Amino acid sequence: MSFRPGGNGQNPGGNGTQPAAGAPLFGPGAGGAGRPAAGGPPPGGFGPGGRRPGGGGPGMMGMMSMPVQKPGNFRVSFRRLLQRLAPERVLVVLVVVLAVISVAFAVIGPKILGNATNDIFNGYISSQLPAGVSKDQVVAGLRANGQGQLADMVAAMDLHPGQGIDFSALAGILFILIGVYVLSSIFSWMQSWIMAGVTQRTVRRLRTDVDEKLGRLPLKYFDSHPRGDVLSRVTNDIDNIGQTLQQSLTQLITSVLTIVGVLALMLTISPILAVISILSVPLSVFITVLIAGRSQKRFAAQWASTGDLNAHVEEMHTGHAIVKVFGRQQEAIETFDRENEKLYQASYQAQFISGTIQPALTFVSNLNYVGIAVIGGLQVASGLMTLGDVIAFIQYSRQFTFPIIQTASIANVLQSAVASAERVFELLDEPEEVADPAEPIRLPTTRGAVAFEDISFRYEPDKPLIDDLSLVADAGHSIAIVGPTGAGKTTLVNLLMRFYELDGGRITIDGVDTRDMTRDDLRRTFGMVLQDTWLFHGTIRENIAYGRDGATDDEIHAAAEAAHVDHFVRTLPDGYDTVIDDDATNLSAGEKQLLTIARAFLANPSILILDEATSSVDTRTEVLIQRAMAGLMEGRTAFVIAHRLSTIRDADTILVMNKGRIVEQGNHESLLARGGFYAELYNSQFTEALAEAV
Amino acid sequence: MIRLLRRYLRPYAWPIAIVLVLLLVQAIGNLYLPTLQGEIINDGVSKGDTGFITSTGIFMLVVTFVVGAASIVGVYFSAQVAMGFGRDVRSAIFRQVEAFSQVEINKFGTPSLITRNTNDVQQVQTLVFMVLALMISAPILIVGGIILAVRQDVPLSGLLVVVLPLMVAFIAIIMSRAIPLFRSMQVKLDRINQVMRETLAGVRVIRAFVRTGHEEKRFDDANVDLFSTALRVNRLFAITIPVMTLILNLSTVGVMWFGALRVESGEMPIGNLTAFLQYLLQILFAVLMAVFMFIFVPRAAVSAGRIQEVLETEPSVHDPEHPVKPALVATASDGDGRDGRDGLVNETGTGGRIEFRNVEFRYPGAQDPVLHHASFVAEPGETVAIVGSTGSGKTTLVNLIPRFYDVTDGAVLIDGVDVREMDRADVWRRLGVIPQKAFLFTGTVASNLRFGDEDATDDELWAALAVAQGRDFVQEMDGGLEAPITQGGTNVSGGQRQRLAIARALVKRAGILIFDDSFSALDFGTDARLRAALDRDMGWATRLIVAQRVGTIMKADRILVMDAGRIVGSGTHSELLASNETYREIVYSQLSAEEAAA
Repeated sequence: MSFRPGGNGQNPGGNGTQPAAGAPLFGPGAGGAGRPAAGGPPPGGFGPGGRRPGGGGPGMMGMMSMPVQKPGNFRVSFRRLLQRLAPERVLVVLVVVLAVISVAFAVIGPKILGNATNDIFNGYISSQLPAGVSKDQVVAGLRANGQGQLADMVAAMDLHPGQGIDFSALAGILFILIGVYVLSSIFSWMQSWIMAGVTQRTVRRLRTDVDEKLGRLPLKYFDSHPRGDVLSRVTNDIDNIGQTLQQSLTQLITSVLTIVGVLALMLTISPILAVISILSVPLSVFITVLIAGRSQKRFAAQWASTGDLNAHVEEMHTGHAIVKVFGRQQEAIETFDRENEKLYQASYQAQFISGTIQPALTFVSNLNYVGIAVIGGLQVASGLMTLGDVIAFIQYSRQFTFPIIQTASIANVLQSAVASAERVFELLDEPEEVADPAEPIRLPTTRGAVAFEDISFRYEPDKPLIDDLSLVADAGHSIAIVGPTGAGKTTLVNLLMRFYELDGGRITIDGVDTRDMTRDDLRRTFGMVLQDTWLFHGTIRENIAYGRDGATDDEIHAAAEAAHVDHFVRTLPDGYDTVIDDDATNLSAGEKQLLTIARAFLANPSILILDEATSSVDTRTEVLIQRAMAGLMEGRTAFVIAHRLSTIRDADTILVMNKGRIVEQGNHESLLARGGFYAELYNSQFTEALAEAV
Repeated sequence: MIRLLRRYLRPYAWPIAIVLVLLLVQAIGNLYLPTLQGEIINDGVSKGDTGFITSTGIFMLVVTFVVGAASIVGVYFSAQVAMGFGRDVRSAIFRQVEAFSQVEINKFGTPSLITRNTNDVQQVQTLVFMVLALMISAPILIVGGIILAVRQDVPLSGLLVVVLPLMVAFIAIIMSRAIPLFRSMQVKLDRINQVMRETLAGVRVIRAFVRTGHEEKRFDDANVDLFSTALRVNRLFAITIPVMTLILNLSTVGVMWFGALRVESGEMPIGNLTAFLQYLLQILFAVLMAVFMFIFVPRAAVSAGRIQEVLETEPSVHDPEHPVKPALVATASDGDGRDGRDGLVNETGTGGRIEFRNVEFRYPGAQDPVLHHASFVAEPGETVAIVGSTGSGKTTLVNLIPRFYDVTDGAVLIDGVDVREMDRADVWRRLGVIPQKAFLFTGTVASNLRFGDEDATDDELWAALAVAQGRDFVQEMDGGLEAPITQGGTNVSGGQRQRLAIARALVKRAGILIFDDSFSALDFGTDARLRAALDRDMGWATRLIVAQRVGTIMKADRILVMDAGRIVGSGTHSELLASNETYREIVYSQLSAEEAAA
């Protein structure tokens, strides 16, 4: 998918020998060209090509892209990964068919080239012989001279003494060869082209699935998983899978086919020589397994270190100012150096160890070459084989080695991809929210009467939080939620909006159990203005319009006006088209809050959840916010996480929370009269503050 | 890029030299092998001389072994060089960033700095490794291959003149199309990241507004966008390999044809033909290799540029050459000789005086200063509060004390010494800063509190927590002081986080405490108790409090009212209430008329 460094499986040993280096260099990914080039003489096979230059060489893939984790259940996850290709099965079959054809042509190539070599060789030998002499005479002459071996060889050749090379025959062979090569390339191209679509669509589907899955996960998942980790699954892991699918699948297909095809041809040419080549297979496999097993651990260590280092850098950069004023730079640098050194050790070892695969396998292949040359030479000398066949065979033995090296690298790459796939599947397997009812009750209009009936809830099963709470909020009433810092006021929001499910009891809106409504319908009845304002990258207009689909400009302006933010927006050079950047650093906290209020105005809900916290809001904006909020609450049922005395006193009901639990409820007077927690809170906080202030 | 490479590869001159030698050995070996193979065919197979085949074969294996050994040793050194290079660059970047002031941090942005130190370094590091492992050997193989090919047969070498430019031209065309695609793909990947990050950050709002479908569409748009570009790139590359293969294969056909002609005319022995074929392929491979390597160069160059930018950015705040230490009456009450206390502050109240002298500050490149002619003095034992609307310059003002920024005019003095004349480490040792965002670090409650003083005892930590009104909740946490804290302190509530951040600064027992809106997440009661405890426990220290809430600051010895970068009022709560319009406005905005009257 990209040339990201992750993908570049540059093989360090790649230049070890021969153009063999070309193989991993072009990434075994290849769509189709994944077979040694037919046609090259012995060591010259054009390596299994890759659609992507630098697609994974043995082992290197994992090193550069993803932490190689030991997949817990490799086979299951691998099968599941393959199942992701199911929607493309027709095309996958087509790719396999094209690959078979392409490989077949590629495998035939050397055979034909061998014929050409024979033709030239025969012509060459023939031209050395006097014209008019028959082949038998030559053979007999050689035997008479005691050159028995040579005689045997010549006897096996198709000689026409004195004639020289038969160029018309050679031309014929070469034309066939050109045809074979062109067809092979065309099929290979078609196969790659189709496969690109298959893998990219599969990756796109995977991403969409994960995104949609995130839409169905309960809030609990988001509250308990680090954001960066989820993000990494959607981007890094899926990216890694995409790369591997792209590379490995076609590569695997062509490699296996090449091995089979080459083996078949080798056997037809010379069973004895074929045996030598076959013997090199287990040796190569053994070496690969041995080295890959070791490098795997180093890769894992390397990625673990990378993670540690990233975490440290991120944390130290984020807390830069604090690190400084507390004089902890030295420690920060020391920790960095330690992690950095660990990463260095792990990564160079991983590079080095996996880098030895290539030279080792190349040595095996050269051993194979010499064996074939020696025995082939004997065979030619004794006339059992033609020279062309031996040369063709040597080429085949090369072709045989490449797919083996490739398969070794695929094994390594797959380890990493399957580890990624597991992380993605893990996310896809997370339990989802309880499904919406099949026949939901729809409220045409909501009045906004909310009732809690004996609800109980706890985040952790063994830590009781809310038990048997009942509460009635009539339409248009306001409920103030008060309590000391950390009293767990957001829990109520979580339950009202059904971000979390109740353990017992029920919440009703206008008498309807919220679980009988769809979540979407339920949430549409609510408007939420939280302290953690959430604006996204886009214009102010888009951000306000977030409150309602298809809002007109007039409606947006009206909402902004109601939220007292219209004037401010208009003073901006770009007005409503001002782009809010990622962190919304171009707006103050108060202005952001006003925008979210405008958003709520536009949504026009019947029930509100407001967070009154006023931290970091300057006092003038604060006045605007207060006015805007008051306007918003008019005629709506409102749950207010309240800090202001006036809000609390004016509330129809006050919920007093402490340590995550609702300890009291009632109106201001009744609670004061009760002399309980609220009275204490009120006396200690508000009256004191008030007395001090004035 | 070259500069970066030259500078950080210099320490590895020797290993690089070794790698070069080994590459040369490999290249020679690799070039020699086809010759041996040709000899086996020419002098062995075609003459039926098995003895020659065997002896040459063994020699060939020896050569292979040497090449393999050279390759393994070469990989060892190149891995060390490349990874060492990466390590050194990372280290340099990290140190550089640590030296940055807030100006430079803001200029790059934290996420970008993180990416530069990790991802970008990896790109360049990968390139270094590839250059060492492959690219260097490409020219050797090309030149060597050409020489040998020409030695085999000169006229046949003419084929190279046709094939080489053809390949290069083809690759050039592909690259010229691919590189822009890659660039745009990277941008689109960023977009996926961005949308996903927003989705995760805003999950409550998205669901509350029933916008899951809308978000999914946004994601899908980004996804499809990325998909179509990725597809284009991959389809582009789908044709590359078949075409390159075809060029290679057709050139072998060409060699066969023209070679046959030369053999026929007796100008070339047949063994040379096969050898020539091998050299040809070798050359073409090397060319291909080199050309394909170049695709990584633009990306690595971009990354190197980004790294270089960090490394070349001069921190705008420096330590002076001859630092001055404020003269102090060193009478620290605890004489245990621990760093960070003795001689720096004393709890009898004679150190920690802060003076702003006609301070002006403007952000780099900004037209107008955000702070004009700010002058005030805060004496040890005094509490000076700073109030004002957003953007009035409060935070900017306090940021000048720890030299997050340096003043553009005037001076900030600690105990009579301009902070710019002091070592920054010395300045920081005197300060206890509680920033607006109470950022905690991964670890435990204790490890966070000990940030200011590594040797603080548990008792001291509890004492600081008591003052910061954090003792109760820490006691209730599983593990107490050893309770784990996640990165940023996300596993405790905002109010708890703030109190831990305050306790962290108190553990340091610095003579100057700077609270930058540090009480915002506390309820009024906690706020009041905390301030009362501060008065008792840290009464000797100079306290600067930036706040929004009137309740937080009205007991301060002096209140500075800021507006539009100027100090527009200074005095006690009652003085200001009587005389300062801006202050009155602030007070009444927070207390309704009814409350004010009560």
